[in-house]
Amino acid sequence: MGISADDVKYVAQLSRLEFKEDEIEKFTKDLSSIVGYVNKLNELDTEDVEALVNPIYIENDFREDDIKDSLDRENVLLNAPEKEEGYFKVPTVIEG
Amino acid sequence: MKAHEIKDKLQKKEISAAQVVKAYIDRIEKVDGKVGAYLEKDFDNAVDKAAVIDKKISLGEDLQGLAGIPCAIKDNISTKNVKTTCASLMLENYVPPYDATVVERLNNSGAIMLGKANMDEFAMGSSNENSAFKKVRNPWDLDRVPGGSSGGSAASVAAGEAAFSLGSDTGGSIRQPASYCNLVGIKPTYGRVSRYGLIAFASSLDQIGAFTKDVEDMALVLNSIAGRDYKDSTSYNIKTPDYTKSLSEDIRGMKIGIPVQYFGEGIDDDVKKSVLDSIELLKSMGAEAIEVDMPYTEYALAVYYILSSAEASSNLARYDGIRYGYRSKNYDDSIDLYIKSRSEGFGDEVKRRIMLGTYTLSSGYYDAYYNKALKVRSLVKKDFENAFKKCDCLVSPVSPTTPFKIGEKIDDPMSMYMLDVCTVPINIAGVCAMSIPCGFSNGLPIGLQLIGNYFEEEKLLKVGYAYQKNTNWHNLNPKVGE
Amino acid sequence: MNCEYETIIGLEVHAELSTKTKIYCGCTTEFGGEVNTHCCPVCLGLPGSLPKLNKKVVEYAIAAGLATNCSITKVTNTARKNYFYPDCPKNYQITQDEFPICREGYIEIETSDGKIKKIGIERIHIEEDAGKLIHAPSGTYVDYNRTGVPLIEIVTKPDIRTPEEARLYLEKLKSILQYIEVSDCKMEEGSLRCDANISIRPKGQEEFGVKSEVKNMNSFKAVEKALDYERLRHIELENKGGRIAQETRRWDETTSSTITMRSKEKAHDYRYFPEPDLVTLSIDDEWIDKIKSALPEMPDAKKERFKKEYSLLEYDAAILTSNKMLSIFYEKCVGECKDPKAASNWVMGEMLRLMNESQKDIKDILVTPKDLGELIKLIISGTISGTIAKKVFAEMFETGKSPNAIVKEKGLVQNNDEDFIKDVVIKVLSENPQSVADIKNGKDRAIGFLVGQVMKASKGKANPSMANKILKDELSKM
Repeated sequence: MGISADDVKYVAQLSRLEFKEDEIEKFTKDLSSIVGYVNKLNELDTEDVEALVNPIYIENDFREDDIKDSLDRENVLLNAPEKEEGYFKVPTVIEG
Repeated sequence: MKAHEIKDKLQKKEISAAQVVKAYIDRIEKVDGKVGAYLEKDFDNAVDKAAVIDKKISLGEDLQGLAGIPCAIKDNISTKNVKTTCASLMLENYVPPYDATVVERLNNSGAIMLGKANMDEFAMGSSNENSAFKKVRNPWDLDRVPGGSSGGSAASVAAGEAAFSLGSDTGGSIRQPASYCNLVGIKPTYGRVSRYGLIAFASSLDQIGAFTKDVEDMALVLNSIAGRDYKDSTSYNIKTPDYTKSLSEDIRGMKIGIPVQYFGEGIDDDVKKSVLDSIELLKSMGAEAIEVDMPYTEYALAVYYILSSAEASSNLARYDGIRYGYRSKNYDDSIDLYIKSRSEGFGDEVKRRIMLGTYTLSSGYYDAYYNKALKVRSLVKKDFENAFKKCDCLVSPVSPTTPFKIGEKIDDPMSMYMLDVCTVPINIAGVCAMSIPCGFSNGLPIGLQLIGNYFEEEKLLKVGYAYQKNTNWHNLNPKVGE
Repeated sequence: MNCEYETIIGLEVHAELSTKTKIYCGCTTEFGGEVNTHCCPVCLGLPGSLPKLNKKVVEYAIAAGLATNCSITKVTNTARKNYFYPDCPKNYQITQDEFPICREGYIEIETSDGKIKKIGIERIHIEEDAGKLIHAPSGTYVDYNRTGVPLIEIVTKPDIRTPEEARLYLEKLKSILQYIEVSDCKMEEGSLRCDANISIRPKGQEEFGVKSEVKNMNSFKAVEKALDYERLRHIELENKGGRIAQETRRWDETTSSTITMRSKEKAHDYRYFPEPDLVTLSIDDEWIDKIKSALPEMPDAKKERFKKEYSLLEYDAAILTSNKMLSIFYEKCVGECKDPKAASNWVMGEMLRLMNESQKDIKDILVTPKDLGELIKLIISGTISGTIAKKVFAEMFETGKSPNAIVKEKGLVQNNDEDFIKDVVIKVLSENPQSVADIKNGKDRAIGFLVGQVMKASKGKANPSMANKILKDELSKM
């Protein structure tokens, strides 16, 4: 079970990436072979196995509700590609 | 020079910190053009820090653990006011406004950063051919790869351009370059070293570790960087022992496990031979070798590629050219801004992983891939738990091959991925592992992987130290194209 | 087909928690700071930053769950919801997916026909807020001060059947959350937001109809109006034989209608997965009990108690307990004057009136419960009349001065001197022969008029009931 070019286009859109036609072809091939490989996991019966997100079990790590210093605005905007009057700026977003 | 040798000479006032730093700067200027280990250099600050150390020495003050020892730091570890690029166009000019916790700790221990080490883009790769800026070349053979993704960190220490360096290991990115460059490289237990400030690739697999010339140095570096960090919820609340106390030559009675699955067909004969010879040596030193069965080993790579790509696809979503990083000049509207910036800013391997990760998390596939991988993760972990019931540590090869030629595997992602078979299961389970030099084949280094149980880095250091007292591999240095 | 339809409504409420700091970092949650000055590497999502959970957020969420009769999930975690948007610095939101911290609860509302109805709560979970976007022709401007402010999302089961029930639910929810002091729930300030899902189905049908989502309602009244509009729009479409689209619509206050939102057509693929940077949240009974025992008396329980203890009517008790601070004010006042009925009249009457007129919140008024209690005591003791008391209260409200000080200052002490009143009465009677004649002829109402004249002549100081009695006495002598 491989990936189709349509799958690749859908996933590209979800990832906010775009590819030229010949790149789509190469990606489809590469991803198909990787997906083909990882399908190997289906050989295993994991019905009663627990899903493990973190390799080490830790619970209840909290911080207290105490105010800490924020960054100076200068540092917040230090790497901003476009800024204006303290705001980050992007092209006008059209909301429905 | 090894770090502990520098430390010794500084304490005896045989050299000054300024002289040490100057020597390394000169070395970098002489060879880094060929090696490509460094991206951003921070020489002025290094010289200033050396002056501070020298002042302390002259006032007779006690020196901290790594005082005056020059190092390189992988460029995915945040350094305040010093560019941190992850070797990507996406972060080409990114300057963090804060230091990673490990950087704070190194600064507190007196270590002197010379610069940021080159790497595979966003830590994705096994050869350091994926850097957006320049390749790193193996100091042992400049036509060959140093390994990846911490290729620059490894090459800098191997070529004498740093006394030690920090790297990160998600699927072998410290251990494999260590083995390719004849160094000691450790991936600590997940949770032993803080990830705060490490630019994330795969959150449940990443760990910061180090490269040193020998195990004694590694104990010094670990002392400095290990320990619980309240800023990182995944860092474990366990006391950091004094690792220099683990350095003993006596390994009699220790049980060394040989996991059969790590010695399969894919491993080159010369690599196998070096590893097996090393096991014989350990036995002659009084250790007992036991065969162990780790049946889920063959599935670890698949688990790794699913989990690491899935987490990466999410961790790398933040790169959109809005708050920092690369912003395209050719977009039509606000949505196109994301698409163009990301497509132009990321390299191919990064895009490949993001695509794979997004696919495995997407609607309809989550159970078949991501959730399945999480379950098999439990099984891989169980393999290690069972093995450590019988053994103190395990021994295996690090990489199936010796360093390969630049360009040899770059066009075939799957063949590149297969290099990780011996290293990846360790990250899945979260245990610790260390690569140490154990031989050469045709002049190319081979590494021996020692794998330890959760938070038992001491045992790795002990076995490694004892091994190094009985071998000379780690004392050899490359000629770097001379 | 012309049949009767049933409306099915579900509400999704986001409430900002009133913790001092954000959910995953120590930045302040204070409203109204300078743009981009309440940010740090964590809430900005700078590369390498990691979140760390604020314990108070968990406690507030548990409290909200307990106050709404939910079960608390013992073992839970957080999850990433992945989507790209400029107000979202990591381009994923840390929220909860499979294991919300609270579930299967309910809130009771009383509908206008006097029935008590349970509105089921499906789940309550914790999540982080996004930043603020300002759209202009020159571009969109982003302020990240608000990113990371803690929210709880409260989702009802589709139990609501009328727009009125929706409004009642929201009022009750707000009251509860304010009582346990986890949120100030001000829709106008954005600390309470509500989205609704609505569909219709023919009465008797089990299957749900196609639902539409309604957003952008900025007050409880707007929610009621919007849902009423939407309900009718669905019915009209059905009756015409048209098809209701599953879509998201925006309530437009100016046209009093809902309008399709362009961009939300496609179903989002959020690719939820467990947050690997945060650890398991394990909530034991001890913790839950601790929070439970610290919960204050809830609005409904307090209302019942007020009805019993203070012999108040349902309506009065409901108003006095709808706002926690108001209920506390009331009780303290009763404590002072020992007259629950009088206290209730004054609080619900003059005090609420003046608060409304001056647009003041109970926490901002200058009158203390003790002072109001004292005022009532002055009336009871006959020191001042009810009429004078109103004037005194107005001054108390304005200046915060105590009633005794004001009465003294202005010399408003009521006159209970029988002789004085008798003199005034006699004078009034002599000046109003027609009224006297009317009364003699059986028009008792004129007595009221004469009492009024006595009050006027005495500049309000005469004790009205004494005036009344003496007036009647004198009349009987005539």
